[in-house]
This record gives sequence, structure tokens and C-alpha cells, in this order.
Amino acid sequence: MRRTAFAESVLPPIVALGIILVAGDLLILAYGEAPGAVWRTLAEGTWGNAYGIGQVLYKATTLTCTGLAVAIGLRAGLFNIGAESQLAAGGFGAALVGMALPASTPWIFAVAGCVAAAAIAGAGAGAVPGVLRAKFGAHEVIVTIMMNFIVLALLNYIVAARLHVPETLHTPTIQAGALPRLSSAFAAFHGSAANWSLLIVLAIVAGAWWYLFRTRAGFELRAVGLQPGAAEYGGVDLPRTLVRALTVSGALAGLGGINFVLGYKGYYEDGFAGGAGFLGIAVALVGRNHPVGVLVAALFFATLSQGGLAINAMVPKQMVEVLQGVVILAVAASVPEVRRTVRQAAGRRIGKTDPTPPGNAGAATTPGSVG
Amino acid sequence: MALLLFLAQTLRIAVPYLFAAGGGALAERSGIVSLSLEGYMLGGAFTAAIGAYYTNSAWLALMCGVGGGLVLAGIHAIGTIRFRADQVVTGVAINLFAVGITRFFLQLAFKSSSNSPRVPGFGGENAGVWLALVSNPLVWLGVAAIPVLAFVVHRTTFGLRVRAVGEHPDAATSVGVPVNRIRYVAVLASGALAALGGSFLALDQHQFTDSMTAGRGFIALAAVIFGRWDPVRAGFACLLFAAAETFQIRLQAAQLIPSQFVAMIPYVLTIIAVAGVVGRSVPPAALGRSAD
Repeated sequence: MRRTAFAESVLPPIVALGIILVAGDLLILAYGEAPGAVWRTLAEGTWGNAYGIGQVLYKATTLTCTGLAVAIGLRAGLFNIGAESQLAAGGFGAALVGMALPASTPWIFAVAGCVAAAAIAGAGAGAVPGVLRAKFGAHEVIVTIMMNFIVLALLNYIVAARLHVPETLHTPTIQAGALPRLSSAFAAFHGSAANWSLLIVLAIVAGAWWYLFRTRAGFELRAVGLQPGAAEYGGVDLPRTLVRALTVSGALAGLGGINFVLGYKGYYEDGFAGGAGFLGIAVALVGRNHPVGVLVAALFFATLSQGGLAINAMVPKQMVEVLQGVVILAVAASVPEVRRTVRQAAGRRIGKTDPTPPGNAGAATTPGSVG
Repeated sequence: MALLLFLAQTLRIAVPYLFAAGGGALAERSGIVSLSLEGYMLGGAFTAAIGAYYTNSAWLALMCGVGGGLVLAGIHAIGTIRFRADQVVTGVAINLFAVGITRFFLQLAFKSSSNSPRVPGFGGENAGVWLALVSNPLVWLGVAAIPVLAFVVHRTTFGLRVRAVGEHPDAATSVGVPVNRIRYVAVLASGALAALGGSFLALDQHQFTDSMTAGRGFIALAAVIFGRWDPVRAGFACLLFAAAETFQIRLQAAQLIPSQFVAMIPYVLTIIAVAGVVGRSVPPAALGRSAD
């Protein structure tokens, strides 16, 4: 059983990898370049030197947070499409606290305060759809999509009308809570944006794993995701678990904001999220909603996105945006297919037929009916 | 006169919404989530601009636009219906894919990362606002699309089947309705319609610019939900949202209300609608579920 579960998780990303290699070849050929040379440049520009590695790590740090946010939601059967705006809110929260604290604040308190502010701001943005879902049954997919536009417009208003440095769309620089770059310890990373929020995010990954698989709240969350009715019958407070899942999800997305605000620029800038929230859906999907899988998937998508810059002289960097879409499509399409095939094969081995009940084919990733 | 100008501007903003919301209402009624309207519109805008550039004909450009929408909707339909992929995930993927592929081919075709060269459209160049509107057949098509779709959904056998498939696919199967075929048709039609909306944008502005749909597909989706999945109500929601936008453009100089708050109106109204504070907005029962 464990072996089939593992195969169900690992096969779709492998299928997707094969498909993007073919799709990438086609795009490269359409542009009149040699696929082999382009792929080699992509590999060398990402994992081939310290700067490239640093850039990949920087991008993966944010993607890990948004990926975890989507994954935690899906574990509870909830689809959080609002990671984009929760990430922005988290960054804004961190910047606000960093600006308000005096420069003399002890470093550890300043960082803790900014990180907490990021989590709280993200959690606030996530709690709204959670409460609307639990109290009114408003579908979280619709609410989180609409919240994206509302929160981003609100932040744009605050920054543009109240808080920006003249001639820019960013806030003043934070006085406390900044995290040093990796290059301060390892000179080889010079110029790359990788910074010590990386370690904080690794701790968050471990924390998310602990929360999901070792705490009562995490168990309830997963039970609700698998069978809400059964979980409620077993004594789980369904509304509270739904609110909690989306609040935690929002907090995780918000924490991604520290990477840019505390570690890289030192201020909040309008539009810094730049699609990392939406890519979090892809990261969670490829990472099969498991914290470790999310980490690996984040590194993969970060490599693609940094690789696009590396090959830009040969093929337009937009090629990787196409490939990101293709990966998501390929994984999403192959998950139910692989599940059916793997379970049929397992069923044959122990002399049973397809154990997937009809009408339930996409249950693990499909959070019921949506709008 | 000011009122007439206001109405003209509202209509002009509403046309792409009307197409996309009409298509979205049809697809969602059949049980397929339409997050990808944005992608269809962008793809349609791009292929329409390409068509207009190479053929110099607005009508051929429209056909190219519809073709682009059909390709993207076809991918969405095959993924969600044949492979039973998660509809929300697939919709997000189609949107990312559309942004990437239009940018890639914008580079390939025009060596530009921002916009296409100027392309022909419908009607005269220096016509007044109203003349430009009435001489643009897409405006008429967009306004006509809503009552036609309402008739199709509520008064035809096909529409009855669409609604049955979206509410209870198993029951529809048991009386011999080909569930998947109905859904394919509904999704492809939504792609074609949304792409017409995108084509309107490209031909109206006489060029394609990167990410020119700028969230219009999501406003159309909001209109579908706010209009409770009914084409006529969704059409009125489109007009309401377009009027709010016009209002904002007109008031920009006066700075009465910050533009960001006016821009939030469609989204706030939609959240209120799904939360059921005034007249609950209830989706089709089988929306998002794949059939067996």
C-alpha cells in the first residue's frame, strides 16, 4: 500500500518532466536554436555557479512558503488561490513593523517582530475566506480570487497615496529587522539575493510537517480534508477547523514576504509578489501537498524561473512561463490517470479490481464543488 | 450629452465582459469551472492581432481570435473532461500558459516584449464615440450574445442538457444524455466567446499589448457569480461593473474616491453575493466535479 501511494505521488511529476522537455524542445526549435545548447545554458546558469545557486535559493524561499500555504489548505480540502495577496500582505506587515521599530531594537526581537507581523498579516487575509466559508458556506475559491484583487488594490492605495518614497512605489527602508545576505558569510554568493530568511523558511517547513503529522490540530485538518462528514461525526469541530486551516494557510503565504522585505530589498514594494502566490499552486501540486515535496518542487520551479534569465540571450525567457503552465497541466492531468493505473495494477496483484469507487476519482485534490 | 457619452463608454468597456461572462455562464452551468476565461481572452486577443496584422482584415482577425480561444479551451476541456484533472488547477495553468505563450510568440513574431505593431480594426479612425461603437459589429454581437445565450440555456434541448449535466451528471447519464460531449461543447463555446471579447480589445485598441486583458476575465467570472449563473443577470452585472469603471475614469480628475476603491467594487459585490447576505448566489450542484 505504501508503495502504491509513493508511486501515485512520484509518477505524475516524472511524466510532467518528460512532457516539458518535449514542449521546451519544440519552443526552442520554433525560435531556431539548438535544444541541447539551450538546456545546457539553463543548467549552467542555475546550478553551475554560486551566483546562480544563490538566485535559485532566493526564489525557492518564497515559493516554499506559498507552496506550503496552498498545500495546507488542500490537506483540509480547501483551495486557497489567495496566496498571491496573502504574500503581499505579509511583506507589507513585516515592512510596517520594521519601519516602526527604532533602529536600536535588539536584532533578535526586531526580526521576531517582523516575522510575526508577516504571519499575522497573511493570516488576517486568509481568515476572511475561512470565516465566510465556515459561517456562510461561501466557496473559498471564489472568495480568495476576489480577495486577491481587493487586498492588492488596498495595498496599492496605501503605498501609492500614503507611504511611498517619492517617484517610487515602495515604502521607506526598514530600520530594524533586516536579515543579512548569504554573501556576508560566503563571498561566492556575491550579488545574489539569497539571504538568511532561508533558514527561517526551512524551520517553517519542519514546523509545517510537525503540525500536519504530529499534532491533534493537524490530524483534524487532514481528517476534514479526507472525509468532512466522518470527521465531524468523530467529534471534529468542522467550522473551526476550516477557519483554522485557511488562517494557517494565509500565515504561511504571508511568511514568504520576509524573504523580499527583510532579506533582499529592505522595503515593501508594490507588486513584489510577482506571481509567486499563483506559482505556489503549482508547487503544492507537484510537491503532492507534502512539506518535503513542496520544498523539492519549489527548488524545481525556482530553477526554471532563474533558468529563463540564463537562456534569455538565446530564447525569450518567456519560454519558462509556458513550461510552468505545461508542468501544471501535465501533473494535474496525470494525477487521476496514474492513480487509476497504479491501483488497477495493485488490485490485480492481490486479485481485486479497481478499488477506486466511481464518482470519487479526483477526491484527493478536488475539494468538492467549486465556483 | 454627458450622459450619452457615459453610456457609450460604459458599453465599450462592457463588450468584452459580456462575451466572456456569457461564455462563462454556459461553461459553469455545464459543471466546468471557468477560471480560465482570462486566458481565453488573452489568447484570443493575441491571435486576433496576429490575424489582423497578416491578413489586414478585421473579419479574418476575428476568426483567428476565435481559433486561439478554441485551442486554449480545447486544452482545458481535454484536461478536465478526458483526464479528469482538477478544474481549478487546470484553469490557473491555462492562465499562466496563455501569458507565457503570448509573450513568447510576441517576441518571435514582432521582436517585442511589450506590444504588436498597429493593426487594422473595424470602422473609421476618427469617428465619434457613438459612431465608432455602432459601426463595430463586435459591439452588436456582444450585446446580442446575452439574450441568445439566455434563450439557449433556458429554452432549448441543448440548454436543458447543459443544466442537467451541471446539476446532476449521473441522472443525466441515466436518461441517455452524453455528459462529456455536452461539456466539451459548452467549454469550447465559452472559449470562443471569451476570445471574441479579447479580439474586441485588440481590434479596438489596434494592437496587442502584453497582458492586455488585465484581469477582465476575472471580472467576467465575478459577473457570472454575481448574476447567479444566469446569462441575463450576468449581463446586467457586466453593465454594472462597466458603469462603475466608467464612473471611476470620469471622476479620476476630481479625486473624490481613490480609484483603487472603485476598482474593488465588482469583487466586493461578488463576495457579498456568495456569502449570501442579500439573496444567496448558489452554484450549479456538480460544478467542479468530473463525471464517470
